[in-house]
Amino acid sequence: MRLGWATDVGRQRSHNEDTVLVIELEQAGYHGALLTALLVLADGMGGHLAGEVASTLAARAAARHILHTYLTPLPLHERSASEPSLKELLMEAFQRANELVIERVPGGGTTLLCALILGNRAYIANVGDSRAYLVSSTGCSQITRDHSIVDIMVELGQMTVEERAHHPQRNILYRAVGQKGPLEVDTFFCHIPAEGALLLCSDGLWEMVSEEEIAHVVSTSSSLQEACDVLVEKANQAGGKDNISIIIAAPPEIPETGLNSLEG
Amino acid sequence: MVQQQDKDPEESKGKPSGEDLRTRVIPGLAARRMGTGLSGVPPTPAPAEPVVPSLEGAKQEVHAHPKPASGRLAEGTVLQGRYRILSVLGAGGMSTVYKAQDLRFPKVQRFCAVKEMLNTATDPRVRSLMMQNFEREASILATLSHPAIPQVYDYFTEGDRAYLVTELISGKDLEALLNETDGFFPETQVVQWAIQICDVLTYLHTRKPQPIVFRDMKPSNLMLDDQGRIRLVDFGIAKVFQSGERGTMIGTEGYSPPEQYRGIAEPRGDIYALGATLHHLLTKQDPRLEPPFTFHKRPIHQSNPAVSAELQEIIGRALEYDIQKRFGSAEEMKRALLSLKSARGLTATAYMPTPEGILPDALKVIWQFACEDEVRSSPCIHEGILYIGAYDNNLYALDAETGKFLWKYAAEGGIASSPAVGDGRVFFGSADGSLYALNAETGRLMWTYPTKGRIYSSPRIQFGHVFIGSDDRHLYAINTITGRMAWSVETEGAVRSTPATGPDAIYFGDEEGVLHAIGVNGRLIWRFRARRAITSSPAISRDLLYIGSQDWYIYALDLRAGWVVWRYRTDGSVVSSPAVAGDTVFIGSADGYVYALDATNGYLAWRYRTGGQVTSSPAVYQGAVYVGSVDGYIYSLDAQTGQLRWRFQTGGPVVSSPRVENDIVYVGSLDHNVYALPI
Repeated sequence: MRLGWATDVGRQRSHNEDTVLVIELEQAGYHGALLTALLVLADGMGGHLAGEVASTLAARAAARHILHTYLTPLPLHERSASEPSLKELLMEAFQRANELVIERVPGGGTTLLCALILGNRAYIANVGDSRAYLVSSTGCSQITRDHSIVDIMVELGQMTVEERAHHPQRNILYRAVGQKGPLEVDTFFCHIPAEGALLLCSDGLWEMVSEEEIAHVVSTSSSLQEACDVLVEKANQAGGKDNISIIIAAPPEIPETGLNSLEG
Repeated sequence: MVQQQDKDPEESKGKPSGEDLRTRVIPGLAARRMGTGLSGVPPTPAPAEPVVPSLEGAKQEVHAHPKPASGRLAEGTVLQGRYRILSVLGAGGMSTVYKAQDLRFPKVQRFCAVKEMLNTATDPRVRSLMMQNFEREASILATLSHPAIPQVYDYFTEGDRAYLVTELISGKDLEALLNETDGFFPETQVVQWAIQICDVLTYLHTRKPQPIVFRDMKPSNLMLDDQGRIRLVDFGIAKVFQSGERGTMIGTEGYSPPEQYRGIAEPRGDIYALGATLHHLLTKQDPRLEPPFTFHKRPIHQSNPAVSAELQEIIGRALEYDIQKRFGSAEEMKRALLSLKSARGLTATAYMPTPEGILPDALKVIWQFACEDEVRSSPCIHEGILYIGAYDNNLYALDAETGKFLWKYAAEGGIASSPAVGDGRVFFGSADGSLYALNAETGRLMWTYPTKGRIYSSPRIQFGHVFIGSDDRHLYAINTITGRMAWSVETEGAVRSTPATGPDAIYFGDEEGVLHAIGVNGRLIWRFRARRAITSSPAISRDLLYIGSQDWYIYALDLRAGWVVWRYRTDGSVVSSPAVAGDTVFIGSADGYVYALDATNGYLAWRYRTGGQVTSSPAVYQGAVYVGSVDGYIYSLDAQTGQLRWRFQTGGPVVSSPRVENDIVYVGSLDHNVYALPI
């Protein structure tokens, strides 16, 4: 798995409320190999350290749940209906994060974006306005949906994309971790093409740097880490209004299961 | 409350520019990222101890400003030498409502409600502007006279506080009532309330010189008084004191119309909010817990089937995003409500989901062919020839266009297996235990491969081999040309599932509930264990594998790792095999439904109820789904909506799976016939 990540306070905030968490896990044996990576990005909100505490707690709680119930205890090739589905796993992980934030950080909240990568497939769960993109040399395609009210307005044809970018209330989320009541989580599945990469970021990047520029930087950088660093720099040059966090992952080049021919 | 003014939009707001666009903060979350991207609004420091009210009890609005009105009035305090505070009736972030006694009436006990609002603005000019706005709005309220609006007795300010004294309503608000009530309110009840609300809205909207927009219609602002009448409480006068924007925060629209985001407050916004309120009252789904503006995605009959289609239509129109498509006035909406059966005290009609499609006799059979016994096998069409097996032991070859008999081949047992064609041969299994390979053109036997059990699995041809399962608990890989076995895999149960092939592996289920992923070399890649038999055959699309099980679930698995990605529970065994088209998986269940599920996350797009178990597997062709049911019908459904296009009745259960080719649907029936129908 090729990986890069960065997080930066930006130019206008006194502290960084974002949290980035990356875990890479490779397993191999008789039945083949499985490359997995767990990427978590959270963008906290709420004053007096509530934001950073919320984002850290949420990211760690979600990652712990996924690691302990799924990634580490199970044999590589035996699966069963008694295990939760990946969708249920991700949703449970988000519920854990939510419970913890409500309990420990009253008044704080956070976005939470989590991608579990299996080889070249990504299973993604999202709450808030951090984004996941599939990036290739031809551009960015957004996988997640922002849980902002302006986004819904655009969806309903009540607002243009241009109006959204400048709407004074574009930062109002209708869904975030730390919110009481049942937390609804969006889940997505995507295939990461051989020449492409999965990019997760906080709004500190996507509000500052255009999708075209993001795609250009990722496809022209010599490594994914360099791409992350350049993107942070660009967001800061554009004003760095918010904390900037980025994770980029690209699938392994070797196939997971090497199979012999039928007659051999 | 806002009074609409045509002449001067600037003044009509009369408050910080974001006022009209206010959102409510979801309890438990304070504002975030102070000052983000908001020009001209100074960042406000976050509170050290944010208030965390619970949503359940959030009868009052909870505002972005989390600081409570500091220092509540003590019991016994007397305001203006006239109002003695008795108790607190409720409190929100910015305001407190007290029950008070009016001392001006010493001989009788006259009670009133005193709403206290705190002006927290620090800028003296803003403070004074807010107080002016308060007085202006209070004086408008004082002129209102309608039985559903509590009377305003008095208003005054004291220091940084403003007070509004009104009639005390004793009763219960609809939100509290909703939470206390088990089950749903009867439609007649809700319609009666709605008519009363339309009356009071009509009164407000027809005030001169300008209409008054209530702007805060929601169950908690509707009181049911002791006489059972609806009273409109809490004219959002407290909004006058809301301070400016505070950067990114968590908010929800709840009942408010989308146009508020363009700064528009007009009478038809109240109609939207009434629609939202009625939706909440009928479904018990709190819109503050749902994504904004999603009422249309949550049809009322889904949670409350007792609601009439006519009432749903009225609410749907009130909830149109486009202002022009809503009722033009509350009066018009009231007239629509009065036309309902439920408004006349009659029993509401049950909601009828879909009208019946084209009647069976409207559909002309292209041809039909009678075999000598039941047809459980599914047809296979290749180069103009239809191949199908029957329980009369024969494999039939028919002209696909005309149904003309070409030839038949008799096996030594019934044929439930569906034939497949490859390398110029047609392959099928039989209950006699053998896999047969015939010349596809002539029907001449090329070879047979005997297994030790009956064959109900159907052959899959790939990599120059036929893959087929047997009741002898094996999956076989057999060379298509020579009929020699390359390998076999022993399984835990009989293999009746038809194998699916991926780029380098074979996937199939067994009757012990194990789904196997086997490399083309015969080596196990992964296994998935369901709770009951897997008779269904896998479908593969974009790295995911879909399968049904007799444990009632439909599963989507990661093709390479075997991890369950999502699962969906039906109410019966899933023997039917999935068909994937676009982003949707179609599959039947023994619960009688045909399901359409989102392929990537398993959410239900629609389901259609047939009159019997659906063990047949759907076929998708040009935006339509074709499937048989044990009720004897072949159904054609719209793939997008699940609406019935047509259905065709055969003389027996249809367990065979349709195939569609050249705009013709082919399917077998237990009435012994093979049918060719127009799409």
